[in-house]
Amino acid sequence: MAAVLAMVARGCGGVWRRLRQRCAVRPGSGPFPRGERAVACNARGGMMSAGKSGLTPWIPVVGLEIHAQISSNSKLFSGSQVQFAAPPNSLVSFFDASLPGTLPVLNRRCVEAAVMTGLALNCHINKKSLFDRKHYFYADLPAGYQITQQRVPIAVNGSLSYSLCIDNKMSQMVTKTVRIKQIQLEQDSGKSLHDDARSQTLVDLNRAGVGLMELVMEPDMCCGEEAAAAVRELQLILQTLGSSQAVMAEGQLRVDANVSVHHPGEPYGVRTEVKNINSIRFLAKAVDYEIQRQIEELGNGGTISNETRAFDSKLGFMPEPNLPPLILYDAKSLPANMNHQQVINIDWIRERLPDLPSVKREKLVEQYGILPEHSFTLLVWQQDQNCNSRHSNEDGLPEFFENVVKQTQMKPKKVIGWILNDLLSYLKQHSLTVKESPVSSFLLADLLNLLEKKEISSTAAKQVLAELWKGKGKTPLETVKEQKLELLQDQKELEQICQAVIDGQENEVMAIKAGNQKVLNKLIGLVQKKTQGRSNPVLVKQLLEKKLSE
Amino acid sequence: MRVLSLGRWLRAGRVPPREPASRPSGHRHSGHRPQGPPQELPQGPSQVPPQQKVSVEVLEHLEHLALVDFRDSEGVERLQKAIQFADQLHEVNTDGVEPMDSVLEDRCLYLREDDVTEGNCTKELLENARETVEEYFVAPPGNIPLVKLEGQKTFLQGSK
Repeated sequence: MAAVLAMVARGCGGVWRRLRQRCAVRPGSGPFPRGERAVACNARGGMMSAGKSGLTPWIPVVGLEIHAQISSNSKLFSGSQVQFAAPPNSLVSFFDASLPGTLPVLNRRCVEAAVMTGLALNCHINKKSLFDRKHYFYADLPAGYQITQQRVPIAVNGSLSYSLCIDNKMSQMVTKTVRIKQIQLEQDSGKSLHDDARSQTLVDLNRAGVGLMELVMEPDMCCGEEAAAAVRELQLILQTLGSSQAVMAEGQLRVDANVSVHHPGEPYGVRTEVKNINSIRFLAKAVDYEIQRQIEELGNGGTISNETRAFDSKLGFMPEPNLPPLILYDAKSLPANMNHQQVINIDWIRERLPDLPSVKREKLVEQYGILPEHSFTLLVWQQDQNCNSRHSNEDGLPEFFENVVKQTQMKPKKVIGWILNDLLSYLKQHSLTVKESPVSSFLLADLLNLLEKKEISSTAAKQVLAELWKGKGKTPLETVKEQKLELLQDQKELEQICQAVIDGQENEVMAIKAGNQKVLNKLIGLVQKKTQGRSNPVLVKQLLEKKLSE
Repeated sequence: MRVLSLGRWLRAGRVPPREPASRPSGHRHSGHRPQGPPQELPQGPSQVPPQQKVSVEVLEHLEHLALVDFRDSEGVERLQKAIQFADQLHEVNTDGVEPMDSVLEDRCLYLREDDVTEGNCTKELLENARETVEEYFVAPPGNIPLVKLEGQKTFLQGSK
């Protein structure tokens, strides 16, 4: 674990922040979970025991600071392009390089993105917000300060609701809420590549000046699992809004976790920061590790020290003198004579917000009668895909599901099983997106219709699906005919086979007549064998039972 | 944050002087003007607190943040005088008045359309740099703290 942490701390995809602070998750001989999850986090209370019986329980407290890169064509205060991979220092304007005489000019799209996000997270949007400068020295911050919104940010006092499985089987979900303290607009810094061998740092300013939304969450979470679930939901929301693509691996979503522990009734403990997290899975692990580490440290009589907080003292902030306050309007306060390109109307944006994931899930449950857990998986898997590719907004699993439902007579409750179990496992196995699936919704619907009309058995359907997956362009019906998978429709032939089986299995017949019904399954199995899987098991059972009772 | 806060912070908790409550709230001035060159302390009904020594911890913290070296007693003294000079601002009664950030606070903040109009000037930008490596700027590693020679501490530490 130590090696992994050290490796991640060096920044595979992560970035050293501020004054080259060590990753606060200390590698070393610290304890690590014996299983997947270090902390048995009680989903209701959040308390957990220290592990030794009889000691006062510890309450872990987790807060998150999230930086989401705004999805826009150009940067927050300049007209240079926003793009992930590009030759070094090619997407840099004079302002981004902090050359003298340049001034910031605010990008409208970035403001809209922040307002959308604030509204989606139930925030109060400040009609007047201010910009500040936060000063610190670092090579990838050419101006020596970052323009941010410390004092009066654009949105405050919101909330984020997320779902959590109580157990690992996804059978029971509970909804939790975390408060959003504020959302502020700020500049991103450039990127530093540390060349320790030559004792130098290489600086690429392509990212310098890109718009960020900093979301500060209150410490309402109690473990890594909750933190991870909250971040997933936030990611989904951002991607649905389009305000950020929120792909963690590309640094579009950066999460810092603040962790502390305390005894019930006592004040909060000293918190440490966990930084350089570049995947949701690692977030959960790192948070749990830090909780465990703090508990062990305090249990052994030690103290928790926090080196990073000393830096964030109040010195270093001043108002940004080059930017007047940002004024937003709503339907009531719209100014009459202003150029509408200069006006941002909060109500107008609110009306045009897309359906948020929670709403989408509820609609799926209501419309199709599927279980909430299934609805959750439908959307979550799409999000996983979005994380691994740069394509968001493509038709995903929910749309595929709905298309199949439209084209088949099979009930949605049954269709969902085929989507989540069969289709999804194929896609995962071959690392494909829904769009890349060789089985289209049309083909799958066709297949399910055959099943529904009882022309093939369920086992046969799975066989056909496996064949369709090869993408050879055959229809389900063609495949069925080729592999002779049609169910025997001839009742007489089936009866004859059943009779033959009965005649051949005297012992079993006696056992069944004596009352042992389980042996019937063996007979059914034999019939299936004789018919090469082309018999309908339900029908076979009926026929056998009828004959045996004669 | 303003210079006022710096002074206040340095005095570690002492409340800056305020006008007595009996003054009418509309008045902005104490009715007293500072006299003479800035180095002299004006003595008026509202007094600037007596000279406070800058503590060692504060000094080290400042040096660390601002990467400045207050090299000798003259430097520290100048710092203290600068703080006192700024403290004169506390004489002004600002009860109920919102701090002003800029005289341009009534102007409209111009909103730019989200179009790509700049960039692609790598060569020009790199011309400014003393050292480059394959289109990257080169900087020294991390932040270099002020060199502390063996045995030498900040001036105040040494003088204790």
